[in-house]
Amino acid sequence: MKHVITALVQNQPGVLAHISGMFAARGFNIDSLVVGRTEDSELSRMTIVVVGDDTVLEQVRKQLGKVIPVVKVRDFTNTENVQRDLLLIRVHAPSEKRPAVVDLVNLFRGRVADVARSSVVVELTGTEDKIEAFIDLVRPYGIRELARTGVIAMQRGGRK
Amino acid sequence: MAKTKYTKYKMKLDKGFVGACGGEIIHQMLMDQGVDVMFGFPGGALIPLFDVLYDSPIKLVITRHEQGAIHMAEGYARATGKTGVAIATSGPGATNLVTGLANAYLDSTPIVAITGQVRSNLIGNDAFQEADMTGISRPITKHNFLVGSVDDLGRIFAEAFHIASTGRPGPVLIDVPVDITVNKLARAADLTMRIPGYKPSLSGHIRQIQSAAKVINASARPLLYVGGGVIHSEATAELRAVQEKGQLPATTTLMGLGALDESNPLALQMVGMHGSATANYATQECDCLIAVGARFDDRVTGNLDTFAPDATVVHIDIDPTSISKVVKADVPVVGDAKGILAQMVEFIEPTDRTEWLEKIADWKKRYPLGYEPGGKYIKPQSVVEKLGELTDHDAIIATGVGQHQMWTAQFYGFRKPRQIITSGGLGTMGFGVPSAIGAQFACPDATVIDIDGDGSFSMTMGEIVTAVHHELPVKFIVMDNEYLGMVRQWQEMFFDKRYSGTVHPCPDFVKVVEGFGAKGIRVEDPAKLTDALKELLDYNDGPAVLIVAVDPEENVYPMVPAGKSLHEMELGRLA
Ligand SMILES: Cc1ncc(C[n+]2csc(CCOP(=O)(O)OP(=O)(O)O)c2C)c(N)n1
Ligand SMILES: [Mg+2]
Repeated sequence: MKHVITALVQNQPGVLAHISGMFAARGFNIDSLVVGRTEDSELSRMTIVVVGDDTVLEQVRKQLGKVIPVVKVRDFTNTENVQRDLLLIRVHAPSEKRPAVVDLVNLFRGRVADVARSSVVVELTGTEDKIEAFIDLVRPYGIRELARTGVIAMQRGGRK
Repeated sequence: MAKTKYTKYKMKLDKGFVGACGGEIIHQMLMDQGVDVMFGFPGGALIPLFDVLYDSPIKLVITRHEQGAIHMAEGYARATGKTGVAIATSGPGATNLVTGLANAYLDSTPIVAITGQVRSNLIGNDAFQEADMTGISRPITKHNFLVGSVDDLGRIFAEAFHIASTGRPGPVLIDVPVDITVNKLARAADLTMRIPGYKPSLSGHIRQIQSAAKVINASARPLLYVGGGVIHSEATAELRAVQEKGQLPATTTLMGLGALDESNPLALQMVGMHGSATANYATQECDCLIAVGARFDDRVTGNLDTFAPDATVVHIDIDPTSISKVVKADVPVVGDAKGILAQMVEFIEPTDRTEWLEKIADWKKRYPLGYEPGGKYIKPQSVVEKLGELTDHDAIIATGVGQHQMWTAQFYGFRKPRQIITSGGLGTMGFGVPSAIGAQFACPDATVIDIDGDGSFSMTMGEIVTAVHHELPVKFIVMDNEYLGMVRQWQEMFFDKRYSGTVHPCPDFVKVVEGFGAKGIRVEDPAKLTDALKELLDYNDGPAVLIVAVDPEENVYPMVPAGKSLHEMELGRLA
């Protein structure tokens, strides 16, 4: 099962290596790992999607907590939360097929970010499921290139 | 004269270190931490720092090899509980520390390792003697730092000592580019630690402690399983109080030896692959296993699927990652063993468990640790046993790794904490000689004896020169079986006696150590063993080495073969 975990970390050289190294050394299976700034300039947030059962997840949480620059660990399993992934995808779309592709983009509330003679670059945000559904639907047109940010997450309601 | 110069630094350094160079700041931080001795080896990247240390009241012990330095720091730390300090230059000096860092990490030993690094502006350029030490050491340290500016130096040293010595202790590495040891501090240093994510949980949750006591009180066949955490936590008295009040039988891991007084009938000696039959049977039959500062290492549990099948598991540990990592804890208690046990004893009720205690007494009678005496060779077990008697079970004992280490664990008869200094988690051959020397630096008046194997001893015996230089009365006993015996034993038992790579011809060790400037003694005749041991123990004019030619094909029993359950151990002569 996939779990979303976030870790607030001190902005220090080597933190990313520390955490990814720990995951590799302990054989944890990472689906995606995103690092970005937060409202506090001294802290970054890592959002990690891990695959594993409850026992694995418990170890992941504890091992993350043990890494010294990690200030706080949060597990989003069984919480009300918002999850978003950003997709950039270059789809084969010569003029005769372009309207169909653009229709799909609109249906998914995506945006065409760039148009070239025989392809378009589409940007789309949403949950992983939504992104994957879109990818499946455009696959028959021909995917030239694909990039995803990986999931970031936040709790719903007023709580931080 | 050294004193005057130091006072000068002190005056200069009082005002937030302004005007001091990096080397002076490091030195002041070490002084503030109460460091009285450090172990290391010089090199280009350390010259400015060594220049400061030249006038220092801190004793700088120069070893023969950086591995020796860090193992000495470990021996010092293990004997005292204080943080050991090792120092090595950039590149090869620093990489020579790696084994010691890994060793200290697995055995939770508080160490601060200082490594020189190439100049800041050369880092990443494959400069001469550059090695990415923070990268290399990350998985084998509790934490590490690459110092970016002289402004951060003081704070980083404060953080390093704090992290190394608190919570579950461990090694911390500080990599210091050489220019930073020279640079002068322009504005006052802020030493306030900035480690908001480091909050080791110390006091256990009272409800968990009560639940633990309840489970223990309700059990018919409880067993305490005690690890090195009890030693680190200085919780021996509290543990023994719980043991006494509840009349709880107890076993220890290799790292936990000394937490129990092995002369106490409730002590079942060591558990695991080479544990006592009683401890292993008791583990398999107990209905409540109370792990304190232990982590269910595979050398302890044997086959996990059949380990302690009937036990409700109470697990007390300061490191939350140790709990339910290997064996699911029914009652986890996170925190420092000392405080937890002190609280728990209040809730422990004396309970009548005659049947269980009788069963244990019976195992003890039927399956004592023992060996077949006699024959033309000296039995290695008899060396340890005799040494225990002659030293009143009171010496500090270091070991190498191998059969001799297991015999030491089985036959010395440990009585008090910090008495055994051995490489448990990593199993580092060569640990004995330097760790014994480090322990002797820490405890100059104690009898410190390294019980070593010919293979392990050969790896680091050059450090005896360091002991000669400092006139330390460290004692070494080398169980010379001319084999890498522990591996040979596996080959004998599981590989048709094909002794591939384990025949280990030795030099004339007596001549070698005499060349080093130490006293050398050799004994082969069982009838002369006691006299030889006495001669070793009576020699105090510097290091002395006793080479004991032991029965070359003696095996360690009991033995739980790899992958088997604890109760499926081979008992040797008792079978
Ligand atoms: C540095 C290192 N290399 C290899 C090993 C594997 N090993 C474990 S015990 C052993 C034999 C040790 O021989 P010796 O020190 O003579 O002790 P004995 O078993 O003969 O008492 C070996 C090679 C190890 N533990 N450490
Ligand atoms: Mg040997």
